[in-house]
Formats: sequence, structure tokens, C-alpha cells
Amino acid sequence: MGRALPRAAAIVLAALVGLVAGCGDSGDGGGASGGSLVVLGASSLTEAVGEYAEAFPGANVRTSFAGSDQLAAQIEQGAGADLFLSADTEYPDELFRAGLVEKPRLFAANELVIAVPAGSDLTSLADLAQPGTKIVVGAPDVPVGSYTRTVLERLPAHEREAILANVRSEEPEVSSVLAKVRQGAADAGFVYVTDARSAGDAVKTIAIPATLQPAVAYAGAVVKGSGDPEAAAEFLDELIAGEGAADLRRAGFLPPP
Amino acid sequence: MNRRSPFFVLAALAALLTLAFLLAPVVAVFAYAGPGQLLAALGDESSREALLLSLRTTLTALALIVLVGTPAAYLLANREFRGRSLVLTAIELPLVMPPAVAGIALLAAFGPSGLLGGLVESAGVELVFQTAGVVVALVFVSAPFFLRAAIAAFASIDGRLLEAARTLGAGPFRAFATVALPSARTGLASGLALAWGRALGEFGATLLFAGSLQGVTQTAPLAIFADFSRPDGFVSALALSAVLILVSAVLLLGVKLLGGDRASEGAAAR
Repeated sequence: MGRALPRAAAIVLAALVGLVAGCGDSGDGGGASGGSLVVLGASSLTEAVGEYAEAFPGANVRTSFAGSDQLAAQIEQGAGADLFLSADTEYPDELFRAGLVEKPRLFAANELVIAVPAGSDLTSLADLAQPGTKIVVGAPDVPVGSYTRTVLERLPAHEREAILANVRSEEPEVSSVLAKVRQGAADAGFVYVTDARSAGDAVKTIAIPATLQPAVAYAGAVVKGSGDPEAAAEFLDELIAGEGAADLRRAGFLPPP
Repeated sequence: MNRRSPFFVLAALAALLTLAFLLAPVVAVFAYAGPGQLLAALGDESSREALLLSLRTTLTALALIVLVGTPAAYLLANREFRGRSLVLTAIELPLVMPPAVAGIALLAAFGPSGLLGGLVESAGVELVFQTAGVVVALVFVSAPFFLRAAIAAFASIDGRLLEAARTLGAGPFRAFATVALPSARTGLASGLALAWGRALGEFGATLLFAGSLQGVTQTAPLAIFADFSRPDGFVSALALSAVLILVSAVLLLGVKLLGGDRASEGAAAR
């Protein structure tokens, strides 16, 4: 065998590894790359936190929004993120117990509401029990889905059963619940007040009585192994009280309980 | 190739790397949790329902594709007309369409506020959030696989065979049924297997167009997505993935065997 072989092979391999590693740095951040922050946020935070991420002075922030349950699963599988912002407290607590994130802190609250298409005749929660009403909810594991089930559990059994019988789809995240209502595919969907607000005139909302409202609290936690835990913590600080908090209030989020 | 040439060694390394990279995820699906846990996870009601629904919807979609697609492909293969190549290209468009685009396109066409939504509704058909909607999505994304193979198979039949059948007094239908269909059967079958594979894997169009509800619209790929985000659902997701990989492998093997069949038949004919 010629001597050039191993060297040429080594060069090709090194080039391939370099290519992949290069993509890793710009794609996932997280690791040691300085000055950049990867924030995994609940779907309902897309606009408010997305806006603040662009203005955050501490680092160049990249965001990824999805159902909190999916994000938690990604962190469990070792996703290289810096900060996790969940639409509940359970997923961050669970990751904290598993030693995957620092101690979670509350940064916002929200309320559940029923979104209906602009021209809808539905006016109350009780109307959703009418046979043939097409309802979409979040899947049981995504926070909005579990809050929705909390509301339904507080209803009289016959009303709850009738509404559950009308559920036509369990969506992976709140934004797709809203999309199905906005599209007119569904007659009603359980979403957060902030989502309904972002949809503007395309949807109307039906309030859920205070006695049925679940406690919707958002918790954030710095991911262990973050390349820049200080910047991640600062981002969370700002969401709790600062510029980020102002963006959250403007979008309709309530102060943390 | 000279085994001592530097290029041979590089190519061999590249082949090893390719194989290792493509197979590692497949092997990992089976090795991550081990067969015992995978089998146990398949006992879940939601997993079983998802697999059954996938089987039911894909078979329905395939039946529709074969029933309507076969005569359509026969005609397109044998008739010359203006714009034929344009039509053939248009038929293949869903092949290269991202699944999410297919879902949005189906909503824009057949959704409640879609352009043809009124027509669908007045026909008394409900698609969105219904199993029928899953079938529509599956037909849309997988039919081109069958059509493409069927057109190629019909087009490669020796025209003299069909002519001979007609001179012997067979009508157009009889010529189609007794000559064209048997001659094209391997091509049709391999197209069908590819369409089935694509239909089994369908995710985006189904979720966007039909939604996700256990037992109604939550097919195996949608169940995998739901499982992934469930606490401790990773093994269930792996178990369903393992089943889909096995079925896909069998389908692929079928296509390969049929392809070999066709090649030898062609050689024998010559």
C-alpha cells in the first residue's frame, strides 16, 4: 500500500468531522461557543420571547419554540441548550430532579380561554357540549392540554363527557390548536389568552369562569452544561423583571404568581 | 479497481463510513432498549391502535390508488397528446413536495374554508379530523409513486402484443385486462410497494389536514411524535419505529426482488 493513503484518508475524515462540527457550533450553540445562547421556549412564548431574544444585549440568542413536553424530551436526550422556558412548572421541576437543569424560577402566568372563529355562534363554555361541535385541544402531555383537562375536570360529569366527546384532535402544541380554529377547521379550541390575542380579528374568545381557571404558571431554568450560564440566567432575570418582562406584559402575560 | 491504489482505499473508507452512518440509527432503534422492552411497549393500547389505524388507512388508500390509478396510468402510457409530458410531470409533483406543504395544500383545497370545501361538504363528506381525511392525505402523497411505476410499466409493453390481442378480436378492456395487466404486473407491484412505504411514513400532511386523535387520525408516525414528548414515552416511540422499519424493509426487499424478476423476464424475452 502506498504511504499517501492513510494521510489522504485522515485529511478527508478530518474535513468531514470539521464540516459536521462546524454545523454543530452554528446550529446548536449551547456548548463552549461564546456569546451565543440557545433558548428553548414553550410554543405560547413564540412572539413575546422571540421579540425579546432579538433585543437581548447579553448574547446573540437563537430560539426554538415547541410544546414544552417536546422541549423537555429534547433536553432529556441531551440537546445542547442554555435555557428552558416552560409553560408549566412540572417539566422544569422534573428536569431539575433529574439533575439536568438548575433550580427553576417562575417568570410569568397566563390564563386559559376558548378561541372560536370570528363568525361563530358559540358564546359560552356550556355551548361546547352541543353535539357536533368540533373541538380541538392540546395533547395530554403538552401543558395547554393538561390545563384544558383541569378545566374540564371541574365541570359536572355530564357536561365534561359531552365536551370530551366533541374533541376531534389532540394537537402537539398550542399554536396548532389556534391554527385549526383560525383556519375554520375547528369550531372551538382551548388556548391561552395571549395566543387568542395574537390572532387578532380572526378569532373571538369565550372566557372561562374564574372558578374553573387552572393556575397557569411559566417556569424557566438554566440547562446544566450551558456554555454561558451567566447569560442564560440574565436572560431569565430579564423575563422576571426587566425588558423581557415588559415584552411579556405587552403580549398579555401576567406577572408570576 | 486496483486494490493497492490510494483511491481504492479511500473509496473503501468512504463506503464503510457511508454504511456505518446510514445503519447506526437503524440499529440503534432496536438496540437502545432491547427487544424485550420494545415488545412490552407494543402492548400499549395507543401503540396497537396506531398500528391498526395505519394498516387500515394505508390499505384503503392503496385500494383507491390501484382502482383509479391503474386505468389512468394505462391511458397516459399509451396515448400521445399535446402537453403529455407536462401532465406526467404534474402527477409527480407530490413526490417532491414537502409533507407540510401537502397538508397546507390539502387544507386550501378541501378544508372547511378551502376552495372546494363547500363541494366536499355538500357531498356530505367530512374529511378534517376524520379517518377519511387521513386516507385523502395518504392518497395524495403516495399515489405518484404508484402512477409513475405503472406508467413506465405500461409504456414498456411491446405494442405488437396489444395489437395482436385486438386482431384476435379482444376489445379494449379485454386487451387491458388479459394482456396489459399481466405484462405490467411486476412494475405495478413494485410501484404499489413504494406507495405503501410512503403512505406508512406519512406524517406532516396527516397532522395538518386530519389532526391527531387516538383511534381516529393518530397513525403510527403521529403516535411516535406524541410518544416522544410523553414522560417515559421514548421506548414506546422506539417500539413503533422498529415496527415501521421492519415493514419498510420488507417492502423494500419486495421491490428489489420484483425488480430482479423484471430484469430476468426482460432478458428472457430477448
